Amino acid sequence: MSELLKQTPSQTVGPYFAYGLTAEQYRYPFTQIASGKVADDTVPGTHIRIVGRIFDGEGKPVPDAMVEIWQADGEGRYAHPADSSEGARGSNTGFKGFGRQGTGVDPENRFHFETVKPGSVGEGEAPHITVIVFMRGLLTHAYTRIYFADEAERNAADPVLQSVPEERRATLLAEPDPDTHGLYRFDIHMQGEKETVFFNV
Amino acid sequence: MNNSKVMPMTDQATTRDWQSHPPYLYPEYRSTPLRAPTRPLIPIRHRLSETTGPVYGHEAVGPLDADLTKNARRNGEPLGERIVVTGRLLDEEGRPLRNTLVEVWQANAAGRYVHLVDQHDAPLDPNFLGAGRCVTDEEGRYRFYTIKPGAYPWGNHPNAWRPLHIHFSLLGPTIASRLVTQMYFPGDPLLDFDPIYQGTPENARERLISRFELGVTEPDFALGYVFDIVLRGRGETPFENRS
Ligand SMILES: [Fe+2]
Repeated sequence: MSELLKQTPSQTVGPYFAYGLTAEQYRYPFTQIASGKVADDTVPGTHIRIVGRIFDGEGKPVPDAMVEIWQADGEGRYAHPADSSEGARGSNTGFKGFGRQGTGVDPENRFHFETVKPGSVGEGEAPHITVIVFMRGLLTHAYTRIYFADEAERNAADPVLQSVPEERRATLLAEPDPDTHGLYRFDIHMQGEKETVFFNV
Repeated sequence: MNNSKVMPMTDQATTRDWQSHPPYLYPEYRSTPLRAPTRPLIPIRHRLSETTGPVYGHEAVGPLDADLTKNARRNGEPLGERIVVTGRLLDEEGRPLRNTLVEVWQANAAGRYVHLVDQHDAPLDPNFLGAGRCVTDEEGRYRFYTIKPGAYPWGNHPNAWRPLHIHFSLLGPTIASRLVTQMYFPGDPLLDFDPIYQGTPENARERLISRFELGVTEPDFALGYVFDIVLRGRGETPFENRS
């Protein structure tokens, strides 16, 4: 086997990413490739909203983070050539499955994603969304996952969720809001008692 | 049906090389102690959720997006030293990553970001935003025209200055190849004092420094800098009919 090239090191996204990566959300005069609106009304599936905040080690909401999500559609298909299921591969039209939001616009530093609930991707897998967190102070981005608290049965069979120590699994669960239909709450804690599980993806 | 899908094998994507990437906690960079995860990362076997990722190509890029000297002009040319920044986007096996999105942002020639949070007392340039994007060509090559960014002070420690840098954001072929990084300039004396650069493992740091190339330099127009980027391997596309 030939020698592999070495990976280019990660560096922090820093505090000033917004006009480059999330310009429209922050009202800078530039476009952005993805936003909090992952699915518009035309996308089939169960439409949901996911809202949350990121907390630092002092329990303060982080005002300068960027959150990205990557997910399958309502039938569990990724818009990517590696997904061989029928109807996937539509990489540039319809449901893309990718969202990006900064936490610096919402007055409470929340991120908001409007999307559809993903279907199960593979046998035994519970519906989930990959989440990537970037911020000043993170020299390398952090990966986590959103699972859904109202999917207890499928969650109990999910191989990734089951690989997480039981007492930490709740950090990966988005909780349905009892008052607002279709709204899920998912906070991310960088540190502390409720530190979110991050994965070595 | 979903269940008929063939799942990729575990070994299909290379892992994050922690000898190359900075650790989460690097106390000299004072924003890390309250933001770095403290518990070990949980290993994850790569399945479709890790071997797929968002695909963006030419449709995501406007005609002036790759020319930062032109994409925000109002009444003239931006001030500063015009440069060409180019390089190849490769996976670890040296294969070019074609038609792949590259996003950049940076300070202006005076070291000032357009970002509202930037309080540095240096002038904004009405003709320069400092944001751009492009897609790579058949050889995995990207190319920007821009203005050489200035150094800027920050509050990390007394008399702290960031070295000249351009921020890069890359999606790559899968969500596992996602990379946000910074390109530095050769010979910058501030690199020795910068905790973000110094937080990177010593044997990997130099990969973040671009090189000056006369061959890329355009006569009577702009100096040329080359910055090649290596993303984690994409592995093989899973076979639909693996037997
Ligand atoms: Fe910067």
